[in-house]
Amino acid sequence: MAAVIYKRTEGLVDVPTHYCPGCTHGIIHKLVGQVLEEMDLLGKAIGIAPVGCSVLAYNYFNCDMHEAAHGRAPAVATGIKRVLPENFVFTYQGDGDLASIGAAEIVHAAHRGEKISTVFVNNAIYGMTGGQMAPTTLIGQKTSTSPLGRTVEHSGRPLHVCELLSTIDGAKFVERVSVDTPANIRKAKKAIRDCFEVQEKGLGFGIVEVLSTCPTNWGLAPNDALQWLRDNMMPVYPLGSFRNPKEAE
Amino acid sequence: MTKVLMKGNEAIGAAAIAAGCKYFFGYPITPQSELPEYMSRELPKIGGVFLQSESEVAAINMVYGASGAGARVMTSSSSPGISLKQEGISYIAAAELPCLICNIMRGGPGLGGIQPSQTDYFQATRGGGNGDYRLLAFAPANIQEMVDLIIEGFDLADIYRNPVMICGDGMLGQMMEPVEFTNHTKRELPEKTWATTGTQGKRKPNIINSLYLEASILEDHNKHLIEKYNKIKENEVRVETVGLEDAQLVFSAYGTTSRIVKSAMTMLQEEGYKVGLIRPITIWPYPYDAFKKINEKCKDILVVEMNTGQMTDDVKIAVEGRQKVHFHGRQGGMIPSPEEIAQVARELLGGK
Repeated sequence: MAAVIYKRTEGLVDVPTHYCPGCTHGIIHKLVGQVLEEMDLLGKAIGIAPVGCSVLAYNYFNCDMHEAAHGRAPAVATGIKRVLPENFVFTYQGDGDLASIGAAEIVHAAHRGEKISTVFVNNAIYGMTGGQMAPTTLIGQKTSTSPLGRTVEHSGRPLHVCELLSTIDGAKFVERVSVDTPANIRKAKKAIRDCFEVQEKGLGFGIVEVLSTCPTNWGLAPNDALQWLRDNMMPVYPLGSFRNPKEAE
Repeated sequence: MTKVLMKGNEAIGAAAIAAGCKYFFGYPITPQSELPEYMSRELPKIGGVFLQSESEVAAINMVYGASGAGARVMTSSSSPGISLKQEGISYIAAAELPCLICNIMRGGPGLGGIQPSQTDYFQATRGGGNGDYRLLAFAPANIQEMVDLIIEGFDLADIYRNPVMICGDGMLGQMMEPVEFTNHTKRELPEKTWATTGTQGKRKPNIINSLYLEASILEDHNKHLIEKYNKIKENEVRVETVGLEDAQLVFSAYGTTSRIVKSAMTMLQEEGYKVGLIRPITIWPYPYDAFKKINEKCKDILVVEMNTGQMTDDVKIAVEGRQKVHFHGRQGGMIPSPEEIAQVARELLGGK
């Protein structure tokens, strides 16, 4: 008998996803699904899907799901968690959803120390609507609404969500990771697990920002997109822990 | 149970708690702030949750989450705040979740004022948010009726899986009246098998959603909603009628305005005029059929509202040209007096 050394996670439903080839949402979904499964959270988990590329996440995670309005996932999660404090509640949001239209909701969920966990996928662009500029778009980056490249004068500098949220007392876990290499994927999974544990221990709000690629709207082949992420996003969005309850001890 | 003297806004809270509501999400706004204040005091005592949100937008989305998780939940606000909630209300209606929303209306448009008004009739009865949806919208005329409708409203929200809106004007929120929280009939309520409470590994995941990318499936969903709204129209219309069989003129008014109209009617009756009243208690579904009971000799309807005549559209639909529809209204927080209403009626009746 051959030993099973790898199998599809029970944390995801066995259906094809709608994500573009080379997009890293698939990897991030898998990590979240694996952590939910390994921590035995699937039976008590309620996930909140955003509006954006991952709008259909409610079809992919193998647990109860609630599809929120654009940016409102942390408010929906708050309502659920306040009713069901023993359940595990997480949001999965992109950068347009979280850093732009939902900026108030994420800041105040953190501010209240809401015992929810957020997986924040930052690809520096609006993917679903066709590649428009996001608050996270880099200076000089060309998008369909910054055709000559984003400028500081016109649109300001990229918004640093982890840096911002780590100034808020109620945010007990804040870490930025990437899924561009196998080593970084392992680190990302550990960060998601640590973040989820913060909720399970009742410590407060937790967020993992995952730097992600958008080959389609960046106009790059998947491999080139990963290199672009390393060359351009990582210097602006440094990886690492911004807030961790272990460090605070 | 004996009657207690209560301020309208606090009576709303007491009624909600009597109905088993344990969750309130809201944001301060005049003239309804006594309600969240009351809930912040009272809900923790019964193991419930009061949460002051960062915005009206967040509050209604917290309601969306809490309702999806199976809770009996409410929010409240006043006109400009209700505008901010429209996005969430549309989602809640689309996802077919129950909840109760109180609008203690003030003058508008824009920031308007803080004095009593009925300016959100269109918003409450025509949707307000995007898409084809309806709310069960009640317009109580006194605090007792408001209490009764709130207690029943929560049940109706569960039965129809639809948001219910209580439309009170600022007067109703601020005035004090004796009320009692009588034993209301317990209804058989459907089990919330759809709620996101965690699968516990025992069932397939539940999904709360309002997205249907396939046009034909979204059309089917719309048809399903229309069927439900038609059922509500058949079963839930509420109206008070007075003297339609021999009235020379029939008033139509709702909320506290209807009470002022009743004072005007007493004055007119003492002068020998025969006047009637149609008071919608549900402004959606609208009591169109009540207008068919007006006697044939009556040729005039006088609509009185604290807005610029938003209900006249519904009255015109209801009378199908049989009567002429007139309007008298005050705006901006100005309250019509019985005398001025009686005078408008006298002129229509050919008197002075």
